[in-house]
Amino acid sequence: MSDSLSREVMEYDVVIVGAGPAGLATAIKLRQLNPAVSVCILEKGSEVGAHILSGNVFETRALDELIPDWKEKKAPIKTKVSKEKFLFLSSSSSFSWPTWLLPAVQKNHKNYIISLANLCRWLGEQAEALGVEIFPGFPASKLLYHEDGSVKGVQTGDMGLDKQGNKKDTFEPGIEIHGKVTVLAEGCRGHLGKEVIQKYALDTGKSSQQYGIGFKEIWKVSPEQHKEGMVMHTAGWPLDHNTYGGSFCYHAENNQIFIGYVIGLDYRNPHLSPYDEFQRFKTHSAISKILKGGKRIAFGARALIEGGLQSLPTMYMPGGLLVGCDAGTLNMPKIKGSHTAMKSGMIAAETINEFLSNNESLSGYAEKFKQSWIYQELYKARNVKPSFNWGLIPGIVFTGIDQLLFRGYLPFTLKHSHADHETLSPANEIKKIDYPKYDDVLSFDKTSSVYLTGTNHEENQPIHLQLKDTNLPVNYTLGKYDEPAQRYCPVGVYEIQRDKDDLNPQFVINAQNCIHCKTCDIKEPTQNITWVTPEGGGGPSYANM
Amino acid sequence: MKILVAVKRVIDYNVQIRVKSDSTGVETENVKMSMNPPDENAVEEALRIKESGKAEEVIAISIGEEKAQETIRTALAMGADRGIHVKATHDVEPLAVAKILQKIVEKEKPQIVLLGKQAIDDDSNQTGQMLSALLGWAQGTFASKIELEASAAIITREIDEGLEKVKLPFPIVATCDLRLNEPRYASLPNIMKAKKKPIDNYTSDELGIDVSPRVRQLKVTEPPKREKGVMVADVAELVQKLKHEAKVI
Repeated sequence: MSDSLSREVMEYDVVIVGAGPAGLATAIKLRQLNPAVSVCILEKGSEVGAHILSGNVFETRALDELIPDWKEKKAPIKTKVSKEKFLFLSSSSSFSWPTWLLPAVQKNHKNYIISLANLCRWLGEQAEALGVEIFPGFPASKLLYHEDGSVKGVQTGDMGLDKQGNKKDTFEPGIEIHGKVTVLAEGCRGHLGKEVIQKYALDTGKSSQQYGIGFKEIWKVSPEQHKEGMVMHTAGWPLDHNTYGGSFCYHAENNQIFIGYVIGLDYRNPHLSPYDEFQRFKTHSAISKILKGGKRIAFGARALIEGGLQSLPTMYMPGGLLVGCDAGTLNMPKIKGSHTAMKSGMIAAETINEFLSNNESLSGYAEKFKQSWIYQELYKARNVKPSFNWGLIPGIVFTGIDQLLFRGYLPFTLKHSHADHETLSPANEIKKIDYPKYDDVLSFDKTSSVYLTGTNHEENQPIHLQLKDTNLPVNYTLGKYDEPAQRYCPVGVYEIQRDKDDLNPQFVINAQNCIHCKTCDIKEPTQNITWVTPEGGGGPSYANM
Repeated sequence: MKILVAVKRVIDYNVQIRVKSDSTGVETENVKMSMNPPDENAVEEALRIKESGKAEEVIAISIGEEKAQETIRTALAMGADRGIHVKATHDVEPLAVAKILQKIVEKEKPQIVLLGKQAIDDDSNQTGQMLSALLGWAQGTFASKIELEASAAIITREIDEGLEKVKLPFPIVATCDLRLNEPRYASLPNIMKAKKKPIDNYTSDELGIDVSPRVRQLKVTEPPKREKGVMVADVAELVQKLKHEAKVI
């Protein structure tokens, strides 16, 4: 569409992209510091929480600082962790690791099992009560820049374009939203965050960012199998020792279990299907006995950050800040990112307040960040994930030494050796994985899973998964890697279809199924796929994830 | 001329409905709610009539809990001029809705009342018909086209036999089909403007309407799971199975 179109403009002091924990904490803190600051939040989901998916065992540290009376204000944080377990799985057995041998970061007795989506809904209400304007269903599709190259604001997506990009009768142009400061809080692999990291070279001197793909299902189980407050993690089967990952199983309220799996996207085998690893994980005897007789009521997936401090880009730029996992503040060994995301937003708010009132530079963000507990946490955690590059056992041994003996203060920092899209081996050099058939009791096909996400996109709109080279999937990626998009996409957006003689492969993109997990944008070996925002309100509608 | 449009807050059509474990209804906690889709068509049609110069004011009304105001705001953001919220704490059955609408019609004196053909939550498809009976007005249900003349409306109805055209003298009640039009998107500036538009508040008691339910709901359950299909090798096997297993031929 031509950009000569004159667009309406709205002005705010601060424009925040994304109503997740980081963006909402930024907004709340800003209005607490100065109720005169005008703040708006753009959210691509149809409502706050609709695109939020997380484990989640929640550490309240940041929330205690932001809203100390959260209990009185009825925050949806109720189930305190009562028991912990860590299992190593082999295909037929399980070995329980003594909890006293777990590093301190993996002890959860002060934490709560929550739905992050519901916490965000509550944070949204707190923000609105403070006068923050939240606009769900309006994605920030594009960054706007001043002539001097600084960030000016964002443009919301056009509504009512057809597949070819022509205006339909219902066409409604996006508008420009200008801010004195723009805060990017899109979560892991935000498409605007990706743009500014590149444009301002914010990752200079840093290790490549590392990602994982996380799955989550909610099960309603029989009361006998349910132990409210129980937190269990596993490592080992079904992954081989060269693939980083593990499971979580949290016993939440109302006989619900949050069960999920995270797999590092630096996996090497192009035949690996993260979705199928998760599905077969549930069939392990140590897991199936918990789910037996239960019913799956929700499914979702989302990429997450695993890079830690070594990969954390510079978080400020002219006119803008990156907060939460749009930069990458997740603490991997702790398996938690919500509290650090919120804290990074609160520090951002302090920085912005000083910028607006005393004209102090946004670069003060870096200093404030370094002074805060978030830096301490990420510093101590930094060597765990890269050590697993040597394999599961050496990783565990090193982590034991690093975390138990040295408490994270070893005098060196391991680097991440590769970006996740560089790690795949050619398909013909690695054996295919023979995944078991879905049994429709514990394991399910992608179609029934995507149905549970409630995802939807207006059919007649431009495809929001863009290929730089449309021929590359068939001409190159198919031959070399057996087109891994068929497998790494958790909901079957990408398919290779052939005619009845098994000839003429076509690369098909079922963009309507997309659940905005961003895995394709990360893992595609040649970085040929770019995720952009679809029409507003599109995507999953997660309820209690 | 005034147009009154009735809008209902329902579970969003993309949400996978889950039955509560105690079988008393469906889960609504933390579930996305939005405007009943055919009601959106009704709002859109009202706005188009106003934009063509044939009406001066579009009033959106919703009946229900506090949050029904959000649905009214959606109609206001699309372009309706003002809203009316009749507060009711529990589910209101079609007859009670029709009686409340009748009271509001007597107050506001619109010439046209537009409703969705039915709501996607209870699929009753009764409110418009009941309202027209209570008012003694002409009704045009399942409208897929509405044309206005000086003293009447010509409504094309989508029915099983095809398309039926009826001519209704004003005042009228019309219920809208999804094919009537394509509802517009609410733009951000219009959402901001809608926040300032007035919404009048009533309670069903103030209007003197008894909304207590007349129907007792016994139980809500999920439909039985569909059995898996089987592949047959040939026609002979199919016939054999239809005869002996399915026993339908």
